[in-house]
Amino acid sequence: MGKYKFMGYRRKNGAVGARNHVAIIPVDDLSNAAVEGVVSLISGTLPLAHPYGRLQFGADLELFFDTVIGTGCNANIASAVVIGIEPKWTDKIAEGIAKTGKSVEAFSIEKSGDLKTIERASRAAKRLVQEASEMRREEIDLSEVIVSTKCGESDTTSGLASNPTVGRVVERLVAEGATMLFGETSELTGGEQIVADRMRTPELKKKFMKVFNDYNEFIESQGADLLGSQPTQGNIAGGLTTIEEKALGNIQKIGRAKVDGVLNPAEAPKGKGLYFMDTSSAAAEAVTLFAAGGSVTHLFTTGQGNIVGNPVIPVIKMSANPNTVSTMSEHIDVPLEKILTLEQTLDQAADATMGMLIKTLSGRLTSAEVLRHKEFVLTKLYRSA
Amino acid sequence: MRPQFLFHDKKDNVGVAVVEIKAGEKITGSCLEDGKQITLDAKEAIPLGHKVAIAAVKQGDSVIKYGVVIGRAEKQITAGQHVHVHNIKSNRWQHGKV
Repeated sequence: MGKYKFMGYRRKNGAVGARNHVAIIPVDDLSNAAVEGVVSLISGTLPLAHPYGRLQFGADLELFFDTVIGTGCNANIASAVVIGIEPKWTDKIAEGIAKTGKSVEAFSIEKSGDLKTIERASRAAKRLVQEASEMRREEIDLSEVIVSTKCGESDTTSGLASNPTVGRVVERLVAEGATMLFGETSELTGGEQIVADRMRTPELKKKFMKVFNDYNEFIESQGADLLGSQPTQGNIAGGLTTIEEKALGNIQKIGRAKVDGVLNPAEAPKGKGLYFMDTSSAAAEAVTLFAAGGSVTHLFTTGQGNIVGNPVIPVIKMSANPNTVSTMSEHIDVPLEKILTLEQTLDQAADATMGMLIKTLSGRLTSAEVLRHKEFVLTKLYRSA
Repeated sequence: MRPQFLFHDKKDNVGVAVVEIKAGEKITGSCLEDGKQITLDAKEAIPLGHKVAIAAVKQGDSVIKYGVVIGRAEKQITAGQHVHVHNIKSNRWQHGKV
């Protein structure tokens, strides 16, 4: 037994969660209206509206299913109602989520229309909300948890202070036997060799370099000039200059930990330890993929003030930039500006972050949750047929 | 005393301003690796979070931060100067090419 505990929800498949949502999940863009109908009638439901799910094919369709099913499987979700235009994909998603043992109800709109569907789905949602309200938190060892991390609107204070703080937290969580996810494939450029050298085995190193090179080749194949967007205008205003400088700051988040696995987007880790997931560096896309892979809480560092949240997992916001901490204080859960003046050590900052992580896992709402930040953004690989 | 800038590694030739630095100010920086302090004259104003050269960097030479190359100097840089997108460039991504 480790020394850290939190109060969480244990699901039938053994996974542990920090929230107890009843999710109302549309299969496709057409079903968002029915989802809104259910959410407006039934208190305590969480809509996961999105613009996709029609005529996708190949790898893009697979990632769509992996992300939507993975999200429904997340241990922060107690139960789910799935609504789609036609029954086949609706049932596929509902059955994928039901494998966790949680209650899932599926409804398709064809041959019924929105109104009858909303009534049926609302009756199911009402029952699921009442069942979820009877579930209780219990004491759980921190070693059972999956946490993710990513930075956004980074500046030099991220590399100096907030990212190395997360690095210390990652070292501690991995030592406790917990599971951590990180990603941001293209944003490792300039630091990819350092990450590659942290891979536990030569096979993992090869797999990581293939993922990294494939992403860069994809960007190159678009004939695009990434310098207009990477580093971002916010990064540059904050003092960052080159992608290498940004990447080296970014990878401070994994501390000195070894990497135990390389995951596809939205893939759940099969063991414990630190896992790299192939993701975009766009905040909402990456956090959505981490949640689909099983993360139940996210540590998000920012320099200039990225305000992202997620509907399913709490996003803990950390910043060491004194201007951001003061001008955007309502968004920052863990202020770390005293590291820059050497009034706080990285270990003290890691203690504060661990404290906030445990409180958040146990039910404390994050700033992003209270401010209604619920960015649910599916990663689309290419246009639909 | 509280430093005006920090640098990550003994090998670094740039530091990061942790306060707004004015041109002409005498500034002290602390190395995060070993706590060693150095003092130099700020040749230009350095906004908080921006980099200051802590050693001269010749045109084409590597700019080092975290003990690692983060790009190259596009022009001669002297100690105390502001180091930013106007005088350093990526070795990895150039305009029109990844």
